[in-house]
This record gives sequence, structure tokens and C-alpha cells, in this order.
Amino acid sequence: MTNQNQAAPSRVRIQTGAATIPAAVTGTTAAPAFQPELVFDARDVSIFYGAKQALSAVTLGIRRGEITALIGPSGCGKTTFLRSLNRMNDSVSGFRIDGSVRYHGHELYGGNVDQVEVRRRIGMVFQKPNPFPKSIYDNVAWAPRNLGLRRGLDERVEEALRGAALWDEVKDRLKDSALGLSGGQQQRLCIARAIAIEPDVLLLDEPASALDPIATGAIEDLMHSLKGRFTIVIVTHNMQQAARVADRTAFFSLETGGEKPVGTLIEVGETEQIFSNPRDPRTRDYVTGRFG
Amino acid sequence: MSDRLTPDPSAPLTPSGNLKRRQLVSRAAELAATAAAVAAIAVLAIVIWTVASRGIKAIDLDFVFTGYPTGVGPMLLGTIVISLVATLMAMPVGVLIALFLTEYAGAKGVRSMKMVLDLLNGLPSIVLGVFVFALLVDHKQQSGFAGSVALAIIELPLIARGSQEVLLLVPKGLREASDALGVARWRSVLTVVLPTALGGIVTATVLAVARAAGETAPLILASSVFDPKSFTVNPFESMPNVPVWIYKLSEEGNPEGFAEAWGMSLLLVSFILFASLGARALLARSKRKLSS
Repeated sequence: MTNQNQAAPSRVRIQTGAATIPAAVTGTTAAPAFQPELVFDARDVSIFYGAKQALSAVTLGIRRGEITALIGPSGCGKTTFLRSLNRMNDSVSGFRIDGSVRYHGHELYGGNVDQVEVRRRIGMVFQKPNPFPKSIYDNVAWAPRNLGLRRGLDERVEEALRGAALWDEVKDRLKDSALGLSGGQQQRLCIARAIAIEPDVLLLDEPASALDPIATGAIEDLMHSLKGRFTIVIVTHNMQQAARVADRTAFFSLETGGEKPVGTLIEVGETEQIFSNPRDPRTRDYVTGRFG
Repeated sequence: MSDRLTPDPSAPLTPSGNLKRRQLVSRAAELAATAAAVAAIAVLAIVIWTVASRGIKAIDLDFVFTGYPTGVGPMLLGTIVISLVATLMAMPVGVLIALFLTEYAGAKGVRSMKMVLDLLNGLPSIVLGVFVFALLVDHKQQSGFAGSVALAIIELPLIARGSQEVLLLVPKGLREASDALGVARWRSVLTVVLPTALGGIVTATVLAVARAAGETAPLILASSVFDPKSFTVNPFESMPNVPVWIYKLSEEGNPEGFAEAWGMSLLLVSFILFASLGARALLARSKRKLSS
């Protein structure tokens, strides 16, 4: 595990070129003494949509119980990477993935892996709130029911809604349509729906990008409260958001290696280090608002 | 040299050259198109007016609820049963075809299946009548059921295409949401996609029934030898029905029979008219619900 985890930063250093190494080395050599358990271990992951390459050779470990933020400009492949972690890209025509993504040591794209089982354990919340056109209660109860978890359904729904910090707002109108909720409430309902089946991991794809600042704050508070119970990976355009919620941050960017720009992982590290003392000048330019 | 493309800029802004003639041609085309549209409305209005003015005299309670010679109750009942049985056969298959088109088929499958449905929709009803005659009536006996089979074939493409249209309106986000919850596709289809599209599917079915209820050719072959006095609901014998009875009465040259035929025509036309208008209103409502 030691070597796997260290592989990511060292690989990045090589890619960024000799000039940047000296400043960077001092930061990385102080490796943590304990070995965090990896939930995802992605190695050399390249993703293609048809002939177009979206992501090039990403090596990234996601640690258990932590919040990992994926940041970077539009089109840099961060959402593509996120969706590859629970195989949501499989239904996109022309999708192809090279390299290896291990989930608790199991090859995620292995031959005997069932997509439905993968998503049962790795839940996802999308950019746009997408509640079912059903009641609030039925939205949360839907997946447990279909997975055969019928016993104690009321308690499960309540617990999920409490977990998503929504219970107090909706407890008196559980039978009302979920479509009547505000955008922020709908998104928290989607999170409640996802945690109602007690997944291992939550993938959040820009969960607050369609929300106002107050609703965004509620979602961020919620993420802090979910931390530890779930391993969380969040894609965000909003750097302050990453700085506020994430333990570790990975910066993706578009790199013009060949003739066409391809999404690349530039740097990953503790959030504080990424924002205060980035090793790579491209990261520094991005987090300080100076685009390369 | 006299053909100057750029007119003298100081000339007054009145039509120059052949502009007058071109405007006249343009006006004529517009007029012809509008007249054609008005003609279509006029045809519908004249047909409805003729049927209504001649048929209304024949209609009273006895006409609807008693048998020959005072009323046409058995024919109405027979048409209801034949259409109902046809719909019970066509609706599940039609909805499954629509699900195949929207949930399972690839682009190629969709293209070829749409063509098959369009061809099926274009089959002359007399051909279907002959087909059903050879299959179910010849060497056996006429039956309402044989008529239902022919009508089911007529309804099938209408239900399939209509349902497909509504299923396509179900937001992609809902399918992604249910996929991401680790629930197998069929459960999602059954409990999220179909209920969301239900209004539209019902509409498509009602429109198909309205179309099929008036089909005469298949019934002349399948269910034309009947006793106009007997109320029967057994589809495995020849059943009295409205289209064939209208046809028979019209052939007889008996003025009372004509009045009765007009009465039945009015009932048939009003059913089709109200069913179509009602169904369209329902469809518009469920489309609004889906797009908001």
C-alpha cells in the first residue's frame, strides 16, 4: 500500500518537468507515518469516447472515510473520472477505459463484475437534482424497497432524511411530491436517497452548482456531517468549496501533449497544501485565479 | 446593360422591376395553402354536421339500450367487447415495443423497428381481415375474437409509437438516478419510467382504440353473421358490431334502416371525437408535467 499511495505524487513530478522538482520535493518527502486505506486505487487510467481521448494516464488513490475533491477547468475530465468510479460511463456509446481501477482491491472493470452491484455500493448524486416524480417518502424508500430491504422502512427513511439534514423540513409532508421542494432541498433529498441504501462511497458530481449560496452552504455542512461514515469524492468547479470541504484535492487540467488537449491529473495532495503551497506552477496558476 | 442589380439609391422605396409580379405569385401561394387548410376543416365540419343532423333523430334511450328492431344495443356492446379484447392484446405488446425502442435497442435497432411499425401501420385493413379470416375463421367459425386480433394488429403500431414518444420525454436524469442506486434496469423501468409516462401511454392507447373501433373491413370477414337482437359478450362467437351493422343497413335500401345507420354513425363519430380530444388534452397535460 505504501508504494501505491506514493505513486501518484511521484508520477506527477515526472510529468511536470525538471524545473519544478526542487520546490516540490521538500513537500512530499515528509510522508505520513500511517498508511491510509485506499478505497479506490486508479492506475494509469485513460478514458476514450470513440476516437476522442478524454483522460490520460491518471493515477490516483482515494482514501477511506475522507472527502476527496476533484477540481479543474471545464472539460478536464474530472467528471469523466468520477463517473468511471461507479461505471456510469458504461452506457455512453464509444466509451473505453485503459489502465486499472481497483475498488478495495477488486478490479472494477473485471470480467465478473456486475454494474448493478457496483452502483449498489457506490452511490452517486448528480449536478442537477433528479428526484423521482413521487412523494418525498417514496423517493427515499424506492431503492431500499427494490433491493428487498422492506423491514423497518419508515425508520430507514427517517434516518436517511436526518442524515441528509432534511428531516425537520419535510417530516410533516412526507407524502407530498418531491417536485414541490426547492432546488437545495431536492438535492439533499437526492443525497438522502443515495445514503438510504447505506453505500460505501458517495460520488458527488458538482452537487451544488445549480444551487444558491445558502443551499450550497447546507450541502457543504451536510458533507462534513457525512464524512467518516462514507468515503466521498466530489467534483466541483468551485475552488472555495473544495478548500472548505475536502481533506484531499486533486487538480485536473487540459494538457496539449499531442495535437488535441487531453484531461490530465496535474497534482494531488492535502487540500491545504494544494491551495497554499502547490508544487506545480499550473496548479498555482489555477488556484490563485491566474490561468496558464 | 439595362439589368442593374443595385438600384439607384436615390429612387423612392416603391416596388421596382418585377417585384410587383413576384409579390402577386407569393400572395397566390399563401392563399392556396390557406384555402387547403380551410378545406380540411370544412370537410370535417361537413361530415360531422351531416352525421349529426341526420343521426340525432334516431337516438334515444331505447336506441342505445335495446336490441333490434327498436335499438342497436347489441351492436354497441359487441363493438365495446371487440375493441376491449383487441386493446388487452395490443397494449402490453405495444408498450413493450416502446420500451424496447427507448430503453434497450441500439440506434440501428430503433431505425429498423420504427420502419417495421410504419409498414405495419400502413397495411390495408382488408389485408389484415383476409389474414385473420384465413388464420382463425376459415374452416372454423366467425368470432368477435378474430375481429379483435385484426384490430389489435391495427392498434399495435399506434400504441407503440405513441408510447415511445412519451417515454422519450422521461428525463434521462431519472434513469441515471435509478441506475446510480444499484437497482436493476427492469425495476427502474417498472417503478420509475413507466409510471412517469403513464398518462401518455394511456393517451396513445385511447387514440388507437378510437382508430380501431370504426374499422369495418376486418369485421366483415371476421364477425358479420350475427343476430342483431342478442346481447352477447362471448367473444368466441360472431358478435354484433357497429361498423358491420352500419354497412348492412346502408346496403338494404330501407329508409328506416338509413336513419338507424345515421344514428349509429353519430354514436361512433362522437365516441371517436371525444376520445381523441380527451386523449389529446390528457397528453398535453402529462407532457407539461414532464417538462416542468
